[in-house]
Amino acid sequence: MKLMGAEILIECLKEQGVKTVFGYPGGTVLDIYDALYRDGSIEHVITSHEQGAAHAADGWARVAGKTGVVIATSGPGATNLVTGIATAYMDSVPLVAITGNVGANFLGRDSFQEIDIFGITLPITKHNYIVKDVNELADVVREAFYLAGSGRKGPVLIDILKNVQSEKAEYTPLSPATYRPKPIPEASVLAAAEAIKASKRPLIMAGGGVIAAGATEELIALAQKLDAPVVSTLMGLGGFPASHPLFMGMMGMHGTATAAKLCLESDCIVAVGTRFSDRVALNRDKFAADKTVVQIDIDNAELNKNVFVTHAVLGDVKEGLRTLTPLLAACKRDFSAHAQQLRAEERAKEKQPELGHRVLIEAAKLAPKDAIVVTDVGQHQMWTAQYFPIEHPRTFCTSGGLGTMGYGLGAAIGAAKASKKHVILVTGDGCFNMNLNELSTAVTHDLPITILLMNNHALGMVRQWQKLFYKSRFAQTDVKKRTDYVKFAESFGAKGLFIEREEDVVPVLKEALSTPTPTLVDCRIGNDENVLPMIKPGQTYDTIMTEWEVKE
Amino acid sequence: MNRYTISALVSNKSGVLTRVAALFARRGYNIESLSVCKTEREDLSRMTIVLKGDDYILGQMIKQMDKLIDVKKIRCVEEDAVSRELLLVKVKTDSETRSQVLEISQIFRANVVDASPEATILELTGKPTKLDGFVTMLMPYGVMELARTGVTAISRGKTTINDETDYKEQI
Repeated sequence: MKLMGAEILIECLKEQGVKTVFGYPGGTVLDIYDALYRDGSIEHVITSHEQGAAHAADGWARVAGKTGVVIATSGPGATNLVTGIATAYMDSVPLVAITGNVGANFLGRDSFQEIDIFGITLPITKHNYIVKDVNELADVVREAFYLAGSGRKGPVLIDILKNVQSEKAEYTPLSPATYRPKPIPEASVLAAAEAIKASKRPLIMAGGGVIAAGATEELIALAQKLDAPVVSTLMGLGGFPASHPLFMGMMGMHGTATAAKLCLESDCIVAVGTRFSDRVALNRDKFAADKTVVQIDIDNAELNKNVFVTHAVLGDVKEGLRTLTPLLAACKRDFSAHAQQLRAEERAKEKQPELGHRVLIEAAKLAPKDAIVVTDVGQHQMWTAQYFPIEHPRTFCTSGGLGTMGYGLGAAIGAAKASKKHVILVTGDGCFNMNLNELSTAVTHDLPITILLMNNHALGMVRQWQKLFYKSRFAQTDVKKRTDYVKFAESFGAKGLFIEREEDVVPVLKEALSTPTPTLVDCRIGNDENVLPMIKPGQTYDTIMTEWEVKE
Repeated sequence: MNRYTISALVSNKSGVLTRVAALFARRGYNIESLSVCKTEREDLSRMTIVLKGDDYILGQMIKQMDKLIDVKKIRCVEEDAVSRELLLVKVKTDSETRSQVLEISQIFRANVVDASPEATILELTGKPTKLDGFVTMLMPYGVMELARTGVTAISRGKTTINDETDYKEQI
């Protein structure tokens, strides 16, 4: 049948099973919005700003485990997506971003709201398209979804000229191409298996690839068979249950002291779906120089990119583990008993938590078991990673690679939409101020989001670095905003609460977490509550700081 | 620092060169030359890239390029592969110097493609080092303008770039 380009787009979205999209209308997507309106079967969530929509589609995708969709108009609409697309790109989140552009007649003439979003998003997408011919549209949309959700996942952008949206073409429905990761032959893991078998102190390092591949079950099987402790990157949290006795917490710049010690002591690291980022490996040359390293990753370019490994296995993590684990012998190891003892000792040494930490520890106890945790970026993000145990994959959203301040609220909206579960957003006053306009979106949709605003009147993480590396010259990090966040929340139609003292924590959290609509808790914490442990950038794991060493 | 020649078969559509060039720029790869041409297949173009770097850079560049959706086949061409470049050079010549320039051209087996009272255009095909040598010899006479195509290369024997497997089909 002959359909308009905009209608073909909607039909193709339906082919892919899309039921929810995020976006913001505008001049060059009028036809798309009209087609959405006439079709009526796809729910559209309008945000306050396109950036919020992009983060929402990202949060939706991380929680749903499917490709998120965001729509924006040309020019500023498209450029406002950029940070959201880049965030998804750095964290390998499948996203299809659809933008309108001016008609062919106006293209290349610096027309109103014309921008080269194809060129702009070239380095931050897995692939992108500019559609100038309506006959190509359907196949482009299908390919975009396939690319976003296959291999190493990532964002794909489709820029559709305005005239293409109203021109007609023949449309034939097609069921979506399914991606099945290729099985990994035994031959390609044999050497790795031998190396692991020969090791005495194997340590499993789990990254975001475990979650992307849905390989939690396989990872647990590997850890139990090897009796090997598991440490996780920030992106890997939830990929291995936090309550599992073999779980030793997060590793890296703000990882646990146990994780750091185990990294130093182990003679073999099994790195699963991780790229040894600088926040994890820190000193890439020394990180694993003296050990056997097995790396399984779906991205060929990540193998041997940051850390040279002794055994690289290319392919899907789930498939890799399925082939690898049966080749290993089950055993019990002193190393895992040692690891558990280290972790218990570290826990016992933990001091009386400061207020911000306390809020997170109690929130973790009081939160519904199936709650989704979303963070912004900075100190509160690290505290959450350290003190909020994440049990299941796809229940934790955080901007790891790009470190996008302002990611949280949009992502929380997407997470709530995807899961229909209670969402806890942990944010800071710096991050929250970047995209707080989206509180209205959460309110409009009555989403069950509890916002724990770690309000320290500071850009805490940057301040911490100034304290450490710039002799406490706090340039522009002491925030003097006089915002009353309780009133702010109320003015947007949300509930506003606050925590000022220890005794407020439990009752206020109880009230907030039992409220099924947007609730903001202004947690008024001190400005010198810092993140420890810490390994300074570029340093080795033995230099881990567990006590604050700088005198004010 | 080594010099490597990489061949790639890429989709013959607009934007592909931009993708490849942008990749080099943002990853900081040091490119000496890049040439693009048509192939025996209408849907594919061939790129020949000369890269300066070490084994690590070479490996990363091939892997990163291989990730681009529009890159279908890629390989590093062996050192003994057939590689050629075309040079056009306009040299200042007058009645006095012309015969000397022609003599040099004969040594290098270059062709005269245009002559005028004040200038001669010469054409030479060969390995880049040969072209360099030729240009050096012409310098004293006054090189007014020169154009080089960049290297294009093909492996010896019966193996071809088509024997390579696309990384994207392995996962």
